[in-house]
Amino acid sequence: MKLINKKPSSLVDKPMRYCPGCGHGIVHRLIAEIMDELDIREHTVGVAPVGCAVFADEYFNCDMIQGPHGRGPAIATGIKRSKPECIVFSYQGDGDLASIGMAETVHSAARSENITIIFINNAIYGMTGGQMAPTTLLGQTSSTCPAGRSVAVNGYPIKVCEMLAQLEGARYLERTSVSTAPGVIKTKKAIKKAFQNQIDCVGFSMVEVLSTCPTNWGMTPVQGARFVDEKMTPIYPLGVFRSPEQ
Amino acid sequence: MAEKILMKGNEALAEGAVRAGCRFFAGYPITPQNEVPEYMSWRMPEVGGSFIQAESEVAAINMLYGASATGIRTMTSSSSPGISLKQEGISYCAGADLPIFFANVVRGGPGLGNIAAGQGDYFQSTRGGGHGDYYTIVMAPNCVEEMGNFPRRCYELAEKYRVPAMVLADAILGQMMEPVEFDFEPVDPKTLKAHDWALGIAAGRERRIVRSYDLREGKLELLNLERMERYRKIQEKEALHENRQTDDAKLVVAAYGTSSRIAAGAVKMARDKGMKVGLFRPITLWPFPTKALATIAEHVKNFLVVEMSMGQFVEDVRLAVCGTARVDLYARPAGVPSADEVFTEIEKVYQGIR
Amino acid sequence: MPEIRVDETRCKGCELCVTACNLKCIAMSETFSVTGYYPAKLAKLECCTGCGLCAQICPDLAIEVWK
Ligand SMILES: Cc1ncc(C[n+]2csc(CCOP(=O)(O)OP(=O)(O)O)c2C)c(N)n1
Ligand code: SF4
Ligand SMILES: [Mg+2]
Repeated sequence: MKLINKKPSSLVDKPMRYCPGCGHGIVHRLIAEIMDELDIREHTVGVAPVGCAVFADEYFNCDMIQGPHGRGPAIATGIKRSKPECIVFSYQGDGDLASIGMAETVHSAARSENITIIFINNAIYGMTGGQMAPTTLLGQTSSTCPAGRSVAVNGYPIKVCEMLAQLEGARYLERTSVSTAPGVIKTKKAIKKAFQNQIDCVGFSMVEVLSTCPTNWGMTPVQGARFVDEKMTPIYPLGVFRSPEQ
Repeated sequence: MAEKILMKGNEALAEGAVRAGCRFFAGYPITPQNEVPEYMSWRMPEVGGSFIQAESEVAAINMLYGASATGIRTMTSSSSPGISLKQEGISYCAGADLPIFFANVVRGGPGLGNIAAGQGDYFQSTRGGGHGDYYTIVMAPNCVEEMGNFPRRCYELAEKYRVPAMVLADAILGQMMEPVEFDFEPVDPKTLKAHDWALGIAAGRERRIVRSYDLREGKLELLNLERMERYRKIQEKEALHENRQTDDAKLVVAAYGTSSRIAAGAVKMARDKGMKVGLFRPITLWPFPTKALATIAEHVKNFLVVEMSMGQFVEDVRLAVCGTARVDLYARPAGVPSADEVFTEIEKVYQGIR
Repeated sequence: MPEIRVDETRCKGCELCVTACNLKCIAMSETFSVTGYYPAKLAKLECCTGCGLCAQICPDLAIEVWK
């Protein structure tokens, strides 16, 4: 018998501290597998966000930098422009990318920086304990909208892929989900493309991954996965929003 | 012999950084420092470096955070409100031990203030500026030539101690034109030693991490204590100042940057009138030349501080003389005094001595 | 015969693998692990085809698939 899923060498071999069932762990593994498959580990520099994935710098077995909340795209820009021979990715949550760091997101896309962004949309601020995110659904409760997000008080959730698709510089935008195993496989394909684009100097590539935060959603991981499929995907439809082939 | 070039202060600052090996600049327009990004926008490509007009000062400082983590010499510049926006990023650079270089061409404040010269950012510059416990090396030029020559010194100190370093100028220094002679040969970045912390191609070495956090019990304090030791060495070894006619002085005027130029004129007027007045000018504001000033205070018992702020710089003077001398203050918050006005203050204080 | 092996020191008992397995081969242990979770286990040995879907959804790299 043969082991068919060896642990990727681009991931440090130690348990990750994410909560049970959290999507961050799944996406970490996918990125590491892709680094292995594309053989880019030794020239990849990753940018860890502020958010639950702040510890990404411990988990990815490549050069890493951890910077201020939301500024990943600016940091990645600085690295990529200084070291174009490196593959640079920024890993960000929804508060990080779509709230405090929205300007950096939009402008790095507008400049079509040749970087790869992995955007984990879990519709909540995980790390700080479940406050409302820019992506929190209407009616969804959080610790800062305990009665549910309302248009009158909180406005509408932001659809990042749809918004960035307006920019010519955003060369590749895809939204996927890791709520099911086939979704995980599709997510890997998308992220791999986002890295391959950078190798091919295509420009700004981002994959938005619909993920779970069972802990702050007050659900079991299985309920959380169902919430993604039943509640999130109708608002955040999966698919390719821009591709270089277009 | 190096040639003399007539340059604007802001251009000298930019050219000085380029000659010192800067190959990455990110900035956002703000008066009175616009000549810096404008200059860099064509000069950087000329030397094979990168120039980015960032979407904000916040983005600019974070681009620097990333670029300098790859080990190259980087620069950003701004003026007061923009430097305020950069503070979180500067704090991260300090926490991650990145030797960034930046300049603040100070304008009047607080708030939007005006676009004329001021020295109101003294506390912000010399007390860290952002959150957490850290310092930035602060050099205060008082002529265009120093604007051109200080960036190199900033890079060398920043890299030696792995701390951010800055030039604190103002609208007058940024805008005026003077002849400049660069006191160093242009640095070819390829000849600089590679840093053992720089991110990039990891082939054949352990992976590296640049970060400012450590959540492990007790570890952050250890990091900070180690950094504190570096700060102590900087304070011990790197303070710079200039004394003029302080040996026989009864009154010493203390001023930095533009104020020190104006004060020098007033001191000359006083000397012409037979008054024993000298000038003390710190060149580094952090580390503050405390020992040098304390030495003067052994025989001079009267100081007059001239600053274009409400009384920020005066605190360091008072800390240095530590109660052994009287320290008067002539404060012009966002006002530029004339030499005559400073001379009038000198006369007032001088007449009151003994 | 393909099988999965669960690393009990990594499994956090999230049960995502249980739902991912189309053939319902996986169940949760009745006893908890050293890390305090009820880890997943291969409940029906002969039913595993080694498709690896459980390992795909596992956030903790706790499942090895042998074929
Ligand atoms: C400037 C700044 N503001 C606020 C915070 C506090 N903070 C830490 S994580 C976080 C939210 C992270 O949420 P998200 O980006 O969605 O990541 P998740 O934890 O959900 O993966 C906030 C607000 C901070 N560290 N820095
Ligand atoms: S709080 Fe939410 S996002 Fe953070 S590790 Fe736990 S489940 Fe994941
Ligand atoms: Mg989130």
